[in-house]
Amino acid sequence: MLVMNMVQALNTALREEMRRDPRVVVLGEDVGRRGGVFLVTEGLIDEFGEERVIDTPLTEMGIVGVAIGMAMYGLRPVAEIQFIDFVYEAFDQIVSNAAKIRYRTGGMYSVPLVIRGPCCGGVKGGMHHSQSPEAYFGHTAGLITVMPSGPYDAKGLLKSAIRAEDPVIFLEPKSIYRIIREEVPEDDYTVPLGEGKIVREGSDVTLVTWGAMVHLSLEAAKLAAEKHGWSVEVIDLRTIFPFDKDLVIESLEKTERLVIVHEAPKSFGPGAEISAYIAENAIELLRSPIARVTGFDTPFPLAHEKYYMPNIARIYMALRKVMEY
Amino acid sequence: MSGLGIDRALGFYRVIDEEGRVVGEEPDIPSATLIDMYTYMVRARILDEWLLKLQRMGKVAIHAPNRGQEAAAVGASMALRREDWLFPSYRELGALLVRGMSEEEILDRALYNADDPLKGSDFAIYGHRKYNTIPAPVPVGNQIPHAVGAAMAAKIMGHDTVVMTFFGDGATSRGDFHAGLNFAGVFKAPVVFVIQNNMWAISVPLSRQTKAPTLAIKGVAYGVPGIRVDGNDVVAVYRVAVEAVNRARSGEGPTLIEARTYRLGPHTTADDPSRYRSEEEVKKYEKYEPIRRFRRYLIDRGLLDEEKDKELWEKWGEHTRKAIERSLEKPPLPVEVILEDVYSEPPWNLREQLRELRESIRVMKELGLEVE
Repeated sequence: MLVMNMVQALNTALREEMRRDPRVVVLGEDVGRRGGVFLVTEGLIDEFGEERVIDTPLTEMGIVGVAIGMAMYGLRPVAEIQFIDFVYEAFDQIVSNAAKIRYRTGGMYSVPLVIRGPCCGGVKGGMHHSQSPEAYFGHTAGLITVMPSGPYDAKGLLKSAIRAEDPVIFLEPKSIYRIIREEVPEDDYTVPLGEGKIVREGSDVTLVTWGAMVHLSLEAAKLAAEKHGWSVEVIDLRTIFPFDKDLVIESLEKTERLVIVHEAPKSFGPGAEISAYIAENAIELLRSPIARVTGFDTPFPLAHEKYYMPNIARIYMALRKVMEY
Repeated sequence: MSGLGIDRALGFYRVIDEEGRVVGEEPDIPSATLIDMYTYMVRARILDEWLLKLQRMGKVAIHAPNRGQEAAAVGASMALRREDWLFPSYRELGALLVRGMSEEEILDRALYNADDPLKGSDFAIYGHRKYNTIPAPVPVGNQIPHAVGAAMAAKIMGHDTVVMTFFGDGATSRGDFHAGLNFAGVFKAPVVFVIQNNMWAISVPLSRQTKAPTLAIKGVAYGVPGIRVDGNDVVAVYRVAVEAVNRARSGEGPTLIEARTYRLGPHTTADDPSRYRSEEEVKKYEKYEPIRRFRRYLIDRGLLDEEKDKELWEKWGEHTRKAIERSLEKPPLPVEVILEDVYSEPPWNLREQLRELRESIRVMKELGLEVE
C-alpha cells in the first residue's frame, strides 16, 4: 500500500477513472501543462492528451456550462474550479441547469458531472481563496455535496462522485492537501456517497464535522478528555448533503449531546440544517441545547483568519457549554 | 478616430521601438510629463521588487509581480484627471502611484498592518476612495461592469468624469467582459477599457483564450472602437489613452484599448512558470521590456543622462526602503476588525459573535493556546 497525501490520492483517482472509463474527461483553467495550480491534475495530459485533459479559456460559467452539455451528451466530465471561491460565475449554470435538468426533462436527461475544487481557509488565502460554500449547494435540490478529510476518503469519494448519476460538488480542503498522509490502497475501492464515519469513539458528546475541521475537532476532543475526562465522539460526515442522519442519531442515542463544527458561516449554514433535523426528529434524545462552532457571519478575512475560523478554544467552549448545561 | 476603427483594432500602434528609437510620428508630449512617466515606472519597478522580497520573507501573503507591464499601467492612467475614477485589476502598481497613492500606503495594505485602509480584508488589492481608485475584486474581470456602471452614473448625474478599468487577457473570456462592453456600447458610457494583454492567464496562452485575431477587435462587435497598442511603449499607450479619455469626456462613448505586453514574472508568487513556458520565450521578451527602452529614448532626446538616471533610482530606492521600515514597525490590525464593515450597523448575530470572539481569546489564554 502506498502512503499518499490528498493531492496524490485525488490525482490517482482521476487517473484510474480515466483509464477505466473513456468517457471521463477533465476540464478547467490550467489543468493541462500546469497540472492545476495545486497539481491535482499533474501528468494527466501526458497520459490522456489534450482531448481529455482540456485547458479552457478563463470562465467558470463556460467551464461548467460546457461540462453540463458534455454530461448530457454522454461524457463524464470532471470540471475543476481553480479555487471554489470562483464558482459563483457558474452559479446560474449549476443552480438553474446542472441541478435541475433531470427534473426539467422528466428524467430523460441527467448531468453526471463532478465539479471539484479547493475550498476552505487556513492558508492565508484571503477573501476569495478561502471560502466554504457548501450551504449554497446543500440548499439546491438535485446536487450532492462532498468534502473529504484525508487521502483515503478523497480517492474513494472522488471515484464514487465520478460514477454517480447526479451532479456532485466535490470540495477539497486545501489546508490539508499535503499535510495529512495516509495509506491508500492501489486497488479500485470506493467510499459511498451519503455515508459518514466515526473517527473517534466517545460516549459524552457527539461532534459532527467534516473536511479540515475533523482534525481540529480531534485535537479539541483530546484536550477535553485530558482536561475533564469528557468522552467526545467525532463524526466525519464526508457527504454534507444528503448527510448521514442515521449515524448522527445512533451516536446521539449514546451521547445525548450535539456539537457541530464547520468553517462556513453560521447563519443558514449546514449546521443549521443538521440542528433542525435533529430538533425535529430526535429532540427527545438531547439533554442539552445543540452548540455550533462555525466561521463568523462575515466575508472570510485575510487578517486574523485563525480567529475567524473555528479553533480549539472555540470548540472547547462549545463542548463545555453542552457538558456543563 | 472614425467609424469603428477596425484597422486600428487589428493594427499595432507604437511610437518608440524596443531600441528606444522613434518609429512613425512622435506625439507632442511635454518633457516634464515624459520624465514623470519614467519616474512612475521606476517607482513601480522598485516597489514591485520589494513586494516580491517581502513575500519571500513571509511578510506579504502573496504578490502578483508587475515586471514588464509598468508602461501600460502608467501610460494609460496618466491620461486621467484626479476626479476621474479608476477600477484597476491586481497588476497595476504604476497606476496606483499615478493616482497619488504613496509607497507607504501600498505597503501598509500589502502588510495589512494597523494602517491598512482596507482592514486586512483581502490580498493583492489596492485602492482608496480619496484617490477615486476602487480596490479590485479578486475574481477576474468582475470590475468591468462596475466601471461601466460608474461611467453611466457619472453621465446620468451630469458629471464629466471619465472611468477607466484595467483587466487582463484572461478576463476577456468572462461574462463580465461581455456584459460590460455591451452595456458600454448601448449606453455610450464614458469609459475606457484597458486590456493588459500579457499573453498568459497563469499557464493558458492567449491562443487558448480566443481565436479572434486581436483582443481589440472584440470591441467592434459591441460598437466600441478598439485600438491595439504596444503596451510596452509608454508613450504610445499614453497617446492612445488620452485620445480615448477625450472621446469619453466629450460624449463620444467608450473605447477598448488592447495594450500588448508580456508578463516577465510568474502569475503570482505561488506560481511556477517553468512548468508551462520556456526560458527562451521569456528571454525573447526581455528585449521588449518597457523601462530600458524608454530610458534609451529619454537619453537620446537629452531629457536624461546616466548620472541623473542613477540618482533617480537611488532616490526612490531609498524612499521605498524607508517606507518599508515604517510600515513594518506598525502594529497589526486589532482582531475585532474581522467583524466590522459587514453592514452599516451590525445586526444581532454579529454582536453575539463579537462576544464569542472576545471570549475565545480569553479561553485561548486560559488553555495556553497560541493561535497566531
